[in-house]
Amino acid sequence: MATPNTPLWEVFIRSRNGLAHKHCGSLHASDATMALQAARDIYTRRGEGLSIWVVPSNAITASDPSEKGMMFEPAESKIYRHPTFYDVPDEVGHM
Amino acid sequence: MAAPSIKVSETPLVLYALRRADDALILGHRLSEWCGHAPALEEDMALANIALDLLGQARTLYSYAAEVEGKGNDEDKFAYLRDVRQYRNLLLAEQPNSDFAHTLVRQFFYSAFADLYWRAMMQSRNPTLAAIAAKSEKESAYHLRHSSEWVIRLGDGTEESHRRTQAAIDDLWAFTGEMFEVDEAERGLIDAGIAVDPATLKPHWLKTVAGIAAEATLALPKSDWMQQGGRHGRHSEHLGHLLSELQSMQRTFPGAAW
Repeated sequence: MATPNTPLWEVFIRSRNGLAHKHCGSLHASDATMALQAARDIYTRRGEGLSIWVVPSNAITASDPSEKGMMFEPAESKIYRHPTFYDVPDEVGHM
Repeated sequence: MAAPSIKVSETPLVLYALRRADDALILGHRLSEWCGHAPALEEDMALANIALDLLGQARTLYSYAAEVEGKGNDEDKFAYLRDVRQYRNLLLAEQPNSDFAHTLVRQFFYSAFADLYWRAMMQSRNPTLAAIAAKSEKESAYHLRHSSEWVIRLGDGTEESHRRTQAAIDDLWAFTGEMFEVDEAERGLIDAGIAVDPATLKPHWLKTVAGIAAEATLALPKSDWMQQGGRHGRHSEHLGHLLSELQSMQRTFPGAAW
């Protein structure tokens, strides 16, 4: 029910062993309190999370899909930015 | 042939467990009727979650009642093979869903009580009841939060949501007195430190309910005339219809499993 009274919210969940909140979906709710409860009821039913963030969808500024050529393609030809040309000495251990 | 009803040896402790179990089963069943029909998908899930919490509470309490009774009954027999007159739930729990406001006000009245009740029961001298209470309290605390937030928004929402929520409070108020009733069977358990004395919870319940009602711009009825009978098997006409749906499979195909 996408009505002006129930705007869209994006839901981020931090899982048991995760360090960062990850986007897991969206929902409609009248306000932040109800959005948090709905997120709990929809996205943590199987013990998925220990922390929830809800963010009004209209607070997110997104890149324009039609600009993906300009935005992302220039990076594709720059393989030297990947750290695959270095030999990591054994003493360094796990990086 | 339809499966006949079981006989239950209602010792005070068996009766005590059955009353709590019946509250949870019947209210849970009522909420499950919303599944696929709630005003929004989000709330459909929320109500189903609460229904499942209540069903879980009912199951542990029925199992415990069966263990105490020791007559070969089990959770399924208690749920599916007792007649209306053998049900011991609060009349509040069996009241029809009516509209969304009635459903949420019913939940709010019950959860505000249940949360206090389980918290008190965590101190029971009976370790099984104390453990059931500890698990149930976390669930009812959320049910209370969820239903309170809705009551506030419905009461202080549009003209229509206010009107409907006030009507729900007026309709359901007379069913709240039963929560604080104590009979002789329960008095003995209270004195033994096993059962909760609900009378001690009433001031706290009233405070919670009055606080939320005020925030929701809703008025609590002045009337203190209260319905009773559910705890002794005298129910409104609604419970029979509910049970006929809940029990139809097991009554028609006794012992059916899938």
